[in-house]
Amino acid sequence: MTLTDPAPVTTHIAPGEPLLSVRDLRVWFELRRFGLGVAGYVRAVDDVSFDLYEGEAIAIVGESGCGKSSLMRTILGLNRPREGRIIFDGRDISRFTREELRWYRTRVGYVQQDPYGALPPFMTVRSILEEPLIVAGVKNRQARIERIRKAMQEVKMTPVDDFLGKFPHQLSGGQQQRIVIARAILLEPRLLVADEPVSMLDASVRVEILTLLRQLQQDHRLSVIYITHDLSTVRYFSERIFVMYAGKIVEKGPVDEILERPKHPYTWALLAATPEPDPRNAHMFREVPPGEPPSLITPPPGCRFHPRCAKIIQGVCEVKVPPEKEVTPNHLVQCWLYDPDVSPDPPDM
Amino acid sequence: MELLRDTLRELRYYPSAVAGLIIISLLTIFSIYTVIAIPYEEAITLWRGGENIWYRLPRTVPPAWTNFFRAKKLPESVILDSRQGQAQRSEKAMSDGKQITMNFEFDFQYDAFPDDLSLYFYPTYENKAPFVSVTWFMPDGRELRITDVAVKRGGAFRFGQDEKLARRIKRKIGDYPANVALFLDPASVENGGEPTPLKGIYRLEVVATTFEPEANVESELIVYGQVYGIAGTDHLRRDLKVALMWGAPVALAFGLLAAVGTTVTTMIIAAVGVWFGGLVDETIQRVTEVNLMLPLLPILIMIGTFYSRSIWVILGATIVLSIFGASIKTYRAIFLQVRESPYIEAAQAYGASDVRIIFRYLIPRILPVLIPNLVTLIPSFVFLEASLAVLGLGDPILPTWGKLIQDSLANGALYKGLYYWVLEPSALLMVTGLGFAMLGFTLDRIFNPRLREV
Repeated sequence: MTLTDPAPVTTHIAPGEPLLSVRDLRVWFELRRFGLGVAGYVRAVDDVSFDLYEGEAIAIVGESGCGKSSLMRTILGLNRPREGRIIFDGRDISRFTREELRWYRTRVGYVQQDPYGALPPFMTVRSILEEPLIVAGVKNRQARIERIRKAMQEVKMTPVDDFLGKFPHQLSGGQQQRIVIARAILLEPRLLVADEPVSMLDASVRVEILTLLRQLQQDHRLSVIYITHDLSTVRYFSERIFVMYAGKIVEKGPVDEILERPKHPYTWALLAATPEPDPRNAHMFREVPPGEPPSLITPPPGCRFHPRCAKIIQGVCEVKVPPEKEVTPNHLVQCWLYDPDVSPDPPDM
Repeated sequence: MELLRDTLRELRYYPSAVAGLIIISLLTIFSIYTVIAIPYEEAITLWRGGENIWYRLPRTVPPAWTNFFRAKKLPESVILDSRQGQAQRSEKAMSDGKQITMNFEFDFQYDAFPDDLSLYFYPTYENKAPFVSVTWFMPDGRELRITDVAVKRGGAFRFGQDEKLARRIKRKIGDYPANVALFLDPASVENGGEPTPLKGIYRLEVVATTFEPEANVESELIVYGQVYGIAGTDHLRRDLKVALMWGAPVALAFGLLAAVGTTVTTMIIAAVGVWFGGLVDETIQRVTEVNLMLPLLPILIMIGTFYSRSIWVILGATIVLSIFGASIKTYRAIFLQVRESPYIEAAQAYGASDVRIIFRYLIPRILPVLIPNLVTLIPSFVFLEASLAVLGLGDPILPTWGKLIQDSLANGALYKGLYYWVLEPSALLMVTGLGFAMLGFTLDRIFNPRLREV
């Protein structure tokens, strides 16, 4: 394994094994009292497990503060998990040595939400794109330029030379995001983490960027974790959707399944809140779940959604944490409504 | 680099920045010229040498160019040295020796009398000292015998202090001191008017008789003026020019080193504190808060009094005490904001090291604030050095602007009306401050464009 020129298709995993598997992951942040004792924890991610296969794109959806960014940062190796494991390419990233961590970081690309903020304003496009290569140890200047050219062609920033000397503020939002994507794929990663990559862009550019991401994903057989709160863009992109609420993944399943036949009451609410460009909707009142997302410091007992849930089963939901049930193949949901012992007649939306 | 080039290009559009840059470049050129023209050793000798180096100059006189503004022109010094061929010198052989005639001739076209006259003799002989007779010739043809005396080594004749000459003057010209009598226009006092000098060519004839074949006499005539050079002189007859010139490199070096030293270290410390956070940050903040309570000037005065007044010690102490200064708080506030930038997160995600993040991602972001700050900080350190010097804690060896001000105050310059003595160093200090301030404020406007709207 060399850092300078990572071979594109080395893999330690057997076919059918996931590229990334997250097991019982807990990311808790300590709250300190006067900088000394621990006053409590923010349970940003609590008991999350999932698998991501090579070449697969998943979407993690959920409202602000549900822990999706903490989950993403942990996968990127920026946060330390409190418990649980993240297995990438057959190896546990929390046990990585410094060298292995450097290798891991070349294997994972990161596309951020705010393209302007994601680019250092005082560097030219060339310097911005050179940075990851320098960090990864590509010593030869000419080799770096070659790889920058290749990446910029892939994100369709051509002619490349017109852009190399420019500063981020001289580019449009869409171009900035293309540079961010170029930086993410520069080291030829196998996993791309995209944190709301189009939410800050004009509607006209969104589809372009999403199409570009999709194309890159297919060309390179990239695994993609697409994080969003906007279900309307999910269909462009991913094969599976994970719905996250208050630090837990409450529902997982193929895109069509989730969008057409959502099971969890929270997913219903999310879908109901998705705007549709239909003039008749202009004056329609949408039913949104009452209340605020719960505090992650003292989450509600039992099912975390129960204080806002319309279908609450008194005596069960607020007491016991719901187990994960497979309602249809590959469609899993954490809700008492689908436990035959508790609720013999599951509702359908 | 890009940033620097663009900034320089933009600076052209600001007249104040151009003026500031011109002042700074002139000061820099001036400093370089000084260091080359008057090397350190020479400057120290000129400034600390003692009477035998300063004797040629008049005491506490303003610079010569002040004559330009005067209706009555004050005399400049005349220094004629026969060893340098500034006298017409002739020798005539005699039995056992020779007769040497030296004629010192100068044109006197001023409206005031010189301060004093001195004649220095440099005889060489073995046993018998040569004998000289000195005669003064005035432009209107009158002549006056000054003295007849045997000259010893290191001998000097001071016109104003010789009793015999005073009596002779009283008898022949009137009751005037020698420096007035020798230049007096008799017509001016005929009807009891103010004495005025007679303009024209004056001549001093020194006729020396030696009594040994190898003996020789050289001499030097000094007519002390009432103005001198481009800077004037102080109470010790020192040429202020030396101190004014050497003040520039010292001030610039002190200001620049102190400003760069403090700003850069402060910035790095603030960045390290913010990046690593936790205990590191806490420690830096508490140290800063304690340090902010410590008064800089009294501590420097203590160091100067008890330890050393060397400018380098003071410089070091200033830097050390200013590192944990208020600007740590300012920089920290900016860094805290920058730390949360998504591009920092991206850099972490592609594995940039802590050092790389601090120096490549945090610090460049603060340069727009830092550079104007640095430039405006330079004069404040120059002033600090001057203040210390005025308080009597200047470097004991180096001549600096602050020390000139201190000398002038200690010798009552303002009381005696010797304004040039105070104004010259003060003006240089102010010009230096002005140059850096104008550049600094403009840089601030360029780097922080939002200020333009205010």
